[in-house]
Amino acid sequence: MHNFTYSRPASVADAVKALGAADARPISGGQTLLPTLRARLAEPSALVDLGGIAELKGIKAEAGGITIGAGTTHAEVAASADVKKTIPALAALAAGIGDRQVRNRGTIGGSLANNDPAADYPAAALGLGATIRTNKREIKADDFFKGMFETALGDGEIITAVHFPKPEKAGYAKFRQPASRFCLVGVLVAKTAGGVRVAVTGAGPGVYRSKELEAALGSSFSADAAKKTKVSSSGLNNDLHGSAEYRAALVSAMAAQAVGSAG
Amino acid sequence: MPEGTGIGASVKRKEDFRFLTGRGTYTDDINRPGQTYAYILRSPHAAADIVKIDTSKAAKAPGVVAILTGADYDKGGLPAGWQIHSKDGSPMIEPPHFPLCKDKVRHVGDQVALVVAETYAQARDAAELIDVTYKETTPVVSVADADKPGQPQVWPEAKNNVCYDWHIGDKAATDAAFAKAAHVTKIDLVNQRLIPNAMEPRAAVGDFDRATGEFTLYTTSQNPHVIRLLMGAFVLQIPESKLRVVAPDVGGGFGSKIFHYAEEALVTWAAGKVERPVKWTAERSESFLTDAHGRDHASHAELAMDKDGKFLGLRVATKANMGAYLSTFAPCVPTYLYATLLAGVYSTPAIYAEVKALFTNTAVVDAYRGAGRPEATYLLERLVEKAARETGIDRVEIRRKNFIPTNAFPYQTPVALQYDSGDYFATLDMALKMADWAGFEKRRADSKAKGKLRGIGISTYIEACGIAPSAVVGSLGARAGLYESGSIRVHPTGSVTVFTGTHSHGQGHETTFAQLVSEGLGIPIENVEVSHGDTNKIPFGMGTYGSRSLAVGGSALVKAMDKIIAKAKRIAAHLMEASVADIEFKDGKFTVVGTDKVKTIGEIALTAYVPHNYPITELEPGLEETAFYDPLNFTYPGGCHICEVEIDPDTGQTTILKFTAVDDIGRVINPMIVEGQVHGGVAQGIGQALLEAAAYDNESGQLLTGSYMDYAMPRADDVPNIAVANHVTLCTHNPLGAKGVGEVGAIGLPPAVINAVLDALRPVGVEDITMPATPYKVWSAMQSASKKAAE
Repeated sequence: MHNFTYSRPASVADAVKALGAADARPISGGQTLLPTLRARLAEPSALVDLGGIAELKGIKAEAGGITIGAGTTHAEVAASADVKKTIPALAALAAGIGDRQVRNRGTIGGSLANNDPAADYPAAALGLGATIRTNKREIKADDFFKGMFETALGDGEIITAVHFPKPEKAGYAKFRQPASRFCLVGVLVAKTAGGVRVAVTGAGPGVYRSKELEAALGSSFSADAAKKTKVSSSGLNNDLHGSAEYRAALVSAMAAQAVGSAG
Repeated sequence: MPEGTGIGASVKRKEDFRFLTGRGTYTDDINRPGQTYAYILRSPHAAADIVKIDTSKAAKAPGVVAILTGADYDKGGLPAGWQIHSKDGSPMIEPPHFPLCKDKVRHVGDQVALVVAETYAQARDAAELIDVTYKETTPVVSVADADKPGQPQVWPEAKNNVCYDWHIGDKAATDAAFAKAAHVTKIDLVNQRLIPNAMEPRAAVGDFDRATGEFTLYTTSQNPHVIRLLMGAFVLQIPESKLRVVAPDVGGGFGSKIFHYAEEALVTWAAGKVERPVKWTAERSESFLTDAHGRDHASHAELAMDKDGKFLGLRVATKANMGAYLSTFAPCVPTYLYATLLAGVYSTPAIYAEVKALFTNTAVVDAYRGAGRPEATYLLERLVEKAARETGIDRVEIRRKNFIPTNAFPYQTPVALQYDSGDYFATLDMALKMADWAGFEKRRADSKAKGKLRGIGISTYIEACGIAPSAVVGSLGARAGLYESGSIRVHPTGSVTVFTGTHSHGQGHETTFAQLVSEGLGIPIENVEVSHGDTNKIPFGMGTYGSRSLAVGGSALVKAMDKIIAKAKRIAAHLMEASVADIEFKDGKFTVVGTDKVKTIGEIALTAYVPHNYPITELEPGLEETAFYDPLNFTYPGGCHICEVEIDPDTGQTTILKFTAVDDIGRVINPMIVEGQVHGGVAQGIGQALLEAAAYDNESGQLLTGSYMDYAMPRADDVPNIAVANHVTLCTHNPLGAKGVGEVGAIGLPPAVINAVLDALRPVGVEDITMPATPYKVWSAMQSASKKAAE
């Protein structure tokens, strides 16, 4: 990797100040950024480590749902009794991210801000209708994800926490890409007061809601209904590991599994 | 299982304490005083002319000691260790292979410049400042197309990219067999390219002692003496007496660390130039691009049968990818390690095989776990399976019907090899029973009730290990002998150091060879140390590959022990005032027959080194012997592998439910190590069957699977519980009766898995699938079949 300066501020305000430097990048768990630096694919002048900011950490029950600090690791979410009780699908999703090392380092805020098109957390946020809180505002998940590695976050804007409302039921299932074990397709289904929400990750250039599945599961929230829903392959990814048609088939199959496991 | 530490006991591995506690010494752990670091600037293109290399800016970068390019390189090219002749008698095309490219780059990752600096980061930073002007040309990538007219030429001297066009067997007899066939089964197969992925990336440290003029190379090698021979004699012209090669702990090779690589020559050459040690360690992405890859065959095969399903003849035409250059053993892999195995375990009377080796703008291809034998086994076992289906003969029965009878050994195949021993019926019957083959249809019905597709597949395989004898391989084109050496040094107080020319990089030699010598000399195993890997310590030996270490290297140790015992008997006879003929040796004790006189080997050793009462006029002092063993034949492990799978039709995911391996590997020294070897081979076989494929972009020649993000290695949860058993028939021509175990998993398994996958998919109309049978491929095959059915 190239040389950079490193700072570890203790508050969000100090972090924002440090990020004002040209080519400065925030780093949380570093599970994406560090391999990128090692491969010399990015050359930031400064890394601002958000890991020392106490206000970004922790999980609390709030307004019937769950609020998770942006600096909370996947392992902490997976192990949280509050998360397991309120939204078991979210705890299960966190428990299945990457491997043990990734889960012990990677954070929810980092994952959402990075918005990898094959990451798990974007499906959770979008499928569960989460609200992303930043140092400047609150952003609905529906407005947050803007396509591959793009989000609504502006310059100097840091995710501070994510609030997940409690669904009636939710489930998550993913089919792993055999090499990377990222999501080839991951589907989160949630039955909420506002209707059924289905978020799909891995299949397209970014996380999205499947209108076809939401309509089908809105009529009948059953694995069978999901399996029978033919999802359009238009706009889905086509690469070494699967055609758009295969990914479309997996969206139905994973939705069916997610409904089957929903709790 | 025998108790204790002798032959047949599952002794825990002596080397594991240092490996499991992080105390191994690998090449990258070695640091020499004044050491510099090398970074290799590699070609980003698959094919290009080097128009200009401007190093002026890089040379001024901080910490740079030297920047060397092809223009500076004034030594020899990397040699091929085996020469094949084409059908017309002409020798294979051997293009020059300089460690630094001179005028052209021929694959992505080819070496363009060597940057030597005070730190690795400085070397890498400086490399970014080297300005190379390339003129890109069109690459040739696919082996199936490389010899077609109009393809780009990798080498002008290799017309249509053909390195050699070779054949084996009796064409006329085979044609005659096909002429009288009642049925002919045909198949087209691809054996995909694999990347070896040893856990430890390749590394090399070159050192030059200005005072003595001696060079030392520390390297990740499976055969340090071979590297010293090749690099010293052919590449850098350094006499053996001035060149030491050390292969310390090596973290896995699987064949990929047999070969002499450019980086080994470069760090040694550069160390002489800068008169400081030079260290290079591959990054993982360099391993993907530049370790010798494996397999990469495209084949057509035809099997002629009579009306009863008896095999009459086999015809095979294979195109084998060599990559852009000839790696050390590349030419012999698709010929003498592949086509000679096409008889398999069957008594097919006539076989004719043609093999075209082709150059492409890809990384070199050479031996990888199994090396030729997995390709032969996959071809044969897919073909036999298809023949069974086409003729309606049960797939087990068609194999039984064509097995070489157990009383027919030694058996001469139509493709050069003579099998010494085996019992294919026994391994088959054991495997069928262990796998509950008879109960399968009920299990298939149970899966069907759950909406899943279940299949079972079988593979009956043979392989050839311990490639030899030297005279024969020499006549076939080998440029080296293929014997092995062993030295046994009994120290004055009775402990022993064993020096072997083989090299352990995961096989557990420090334990198995210690068991062998401990039992042979009656010395406690904790008093036996095994030394390997340093050309300054060990006698000239050929190293470890092709499952040869026990059968060849172990046999050399047996011969050395025979010499030790013969000499010790003479000393014992002198001490006990008896005739040598009356001395018996057992369990470390020399006795005089019919008396209670006894001397231990410890007492004899002390006498040999403190020869106060010694037959000094007849016998030299000391107790140390060296033996070289050149085998009389290959060894022929074989067996039966059975795989049971379940496929999820919604996702195409194949799950291996059960894997049964019954192998005949000859004498077993350490059953635990044998089981581990089978497990490892099975994991790599599963990798080939279901997960791994090296993919190059056909247009650009870029490696698409250049990291673990896209190259799928088997993980622990991809490997099922494996039922392992042995049915031993002893090798008849080496003193241990050992055959070899290192590669059986990787050889026998892939066709068993694919035959199982196809068995599962047959009810939904799928007839063929290529490796790896990924979920995507299985799903796609099912979609095509259902579309076809609908038409």
